[in-house]
Amino acid sequence: MASTGDLEPTHYPARRAATVALHYLNTHHGSPFRVFGLQQVHKASAEDVAAGGRKYKLDFSVTDWASGSEGPALRCSADVLFPQTERHSGPEVQLRCEALQQINRTAQEEHAFYQRYISPDSAVSARDIPDSYGNVSEEMQPFWRLARVAASFIMLRESSERTEFNMAQVASVAQQGSSEEQLMLEFVVLLHDFPSQEIIQWKLLASWSPDRGVRVLQTEWQPRCPHATKPPN
Amino acid sequence: MKGLLVLTALFVAVFGKKTFEGDQVLRITPKDEAQISLLRELSEQEHLGLDFWREPVHESLPVDVHVPFHSLQGVRAFLGYNQIQYNVMIMDVQDLLDDEEREMVKYRSFPRSTDDFVYTNYHDLNSIYSFMDMLVAENSNLVSKIVIGQSYENRPLNVLKFSTGANRPGIWIDTGIHSREWVTQASGIWFSKKIVTDYGRDPVLTDILNNYDIFLEIVTNPDGFAYTHSRDRMWRKTRKPNSGSSCVGVDPNRNWDAGFGGAGSSSSPCTETYRGPSAHSEPEVKAIVDFVKSHGKIKAFVSIHSYSQMLLYPYGYTSTPAKDQAELHELARKAITSLQSLYNTRYTYGSIITTIYQASGGTIDWTYNQGIKYSYTFELRDTGRYGFILPANQIVPTAEETWLALMAIMEHTKNNPY
Repeated sequence: MASTGDLEPTHYPARRAATVALHYLNTHHGSPFRVFGLQQVHKASAEDVAAGGRKYKLDFSVTDWASGSEGPALRCSADVLFPQTERHSGPEVQLRCEALQQINRTAQEEHAFYQRYISPDSAVSARDIPDSYGNVSEEMQPFWRLARVAASFIMLRESSERTEFNMAQVASVAQQGSSEEQLMLEFVVLLHDFPSQEIIQWKLLASWSPDRGVRVLQTEWQPRCPHATKPPN
Repeated sequence: MKGLLVLTALFVAVFGKKTFEGDQVLRITPKDEAQISLLRELSEQEHLGLDFWREPVHESLPVDVHVPFHSLQGVRAFLGYNQIQYNVMIMDVQDLLDDEEREMVKYRSFPRSTDDFVYTNYHDLNSIYSFMDMLVAENSNLVSKIVIGQSYENRPLNVLKFSTGANRPGIWIDTGIHSREWVTQASGIWFSKKIVTDYGRDPVLTDILNNYDIFLEIVTNPDGFAYTHSRDRMWRKTRKPNSGSSCVGVDPNRNWDAGFGGAGSSSSPCTETYRGPSAHSEPEVKAIVDFVKSHGKIKAFVSIHSYSQMLLYPYGYTSTPAKDQAELHELARKAITSLQSLYNTRYTYGSIITTIYQASGGTIDWTYNQGIKYSYTFELRDTGRYGFILPANQIVPTAEETWLALMAIMEHTKNNPY
């Protein structure tokens, strides 16, 4: 059901493409103290491209979930290309957001967070963030955001016109020994895909420091067995 | 003595995070003075950390001793070697404490009336079913409970009926058809209390209830809901096993006889949108189908889900617009404008297939095709930050704003009889 030309901004074709742009934004600008959510798509259009594949042009707003209940909206525009290839290859994104560089207020918090956890004794480990009731402790908030940023690498890579990914929960976080002055974190994240309603589990190893930002070093899809029957008692 | 120990243990457990895992309490029966002496000597071995609930006194009296896990082997060897009789009174002290804690918490949070009930928390199935009974008992002139069927695991499918007279047309609202969408069941609870509170006070609701019955099924998928509490918070479907597969459950919102089997549902039991072996194969769905058909006069049908903040109308299985699309679209616009007026929560609205995705075998496509014109699906808060695990402090604001949209739909239904 590919739409071409101007798209209804509130409907799913535009929203899926904007979600891809959002994942891209978070991989490039996300941190323990900054992670963006989609606020609204203002304008969208799509066209087939010569090489086969579809290119979306988007005008949308995002908010930084780290800045209180609803921070100021940031206006962005993006081109999202879903290539047409035999085997899946991730979308290509070009993104421009206004005033992104001016957001520097988090530098202090990032350094404090870094100093606190870079010590060799540090061995953070936790499960279920948020818990079943939506609770996230103060201490876990930056890890939650980091997980979302790291998960965005996977969500971006796995996206197509038939997916719409969100991170549903962090199943676990386990700090690994620091390497090259990077915080090393092993996450298991649960991704939620809207169209299929599936919960998809990924284990990943990410590094972070205020200077180098988030990098994802390893990813591993993990089968979930929620559909299996309980073993007989 | 035991009570004091438990209290101390709990105090320590709360503030010191000590655990008594693997500890046991032994009941020793010394047969003579010699054994009493041996037991007294044992009690003096401080490194064992023994705590005598009953001291060794006399050969006819049992000796109860709490033995920490690390000392168990030694103590049992000592007793065995000296041929001192004993049996295990408490297999694992921590288990006992855990059970007791659970009982205490349950007892503490058991409300005595629906005014006591904590609407700002998530509750389990038993609590919700108790709430329903309390609501009925407190408002027996207005509310009754109908059991429309049984779930696969034989749980009652309870529907609250709000009625002020006989033979009225009806308005149906369901929450929790997908069990992981916890804000919906929680909102359903709040709606039911809102109705009994506002009847006789709010002129619009009073007028609605003087002309229509309201049917509210709060836990539409109780098996799934129990499973989200006990095993998997992310469980969506029913819990019926599928023959020939190790995968359990059917998506109850793909199981209706509207475009059943088409694109937008899955034929694999191991997927979240598995449609089931046939339309209405799930007892949870069949019960509603039978109810609606036998009632014959349902005029509005609202099925509530989460998340993504949308108000949707048919169709999901086909891109052919619904006959009443224009009216449904305009009413949706009014409803979400009301919703937004409270906390500025922004909703998207439109037909299912254009707005969210193609979905076949969906609830409101079936109800609409049955002639229930005002058929709507909500997707409540939020838009992905917390998703299914919405913090409890958002339950009431979500319910409050959603109620405004529901009132808009119900009022329009009443003002436009058909």
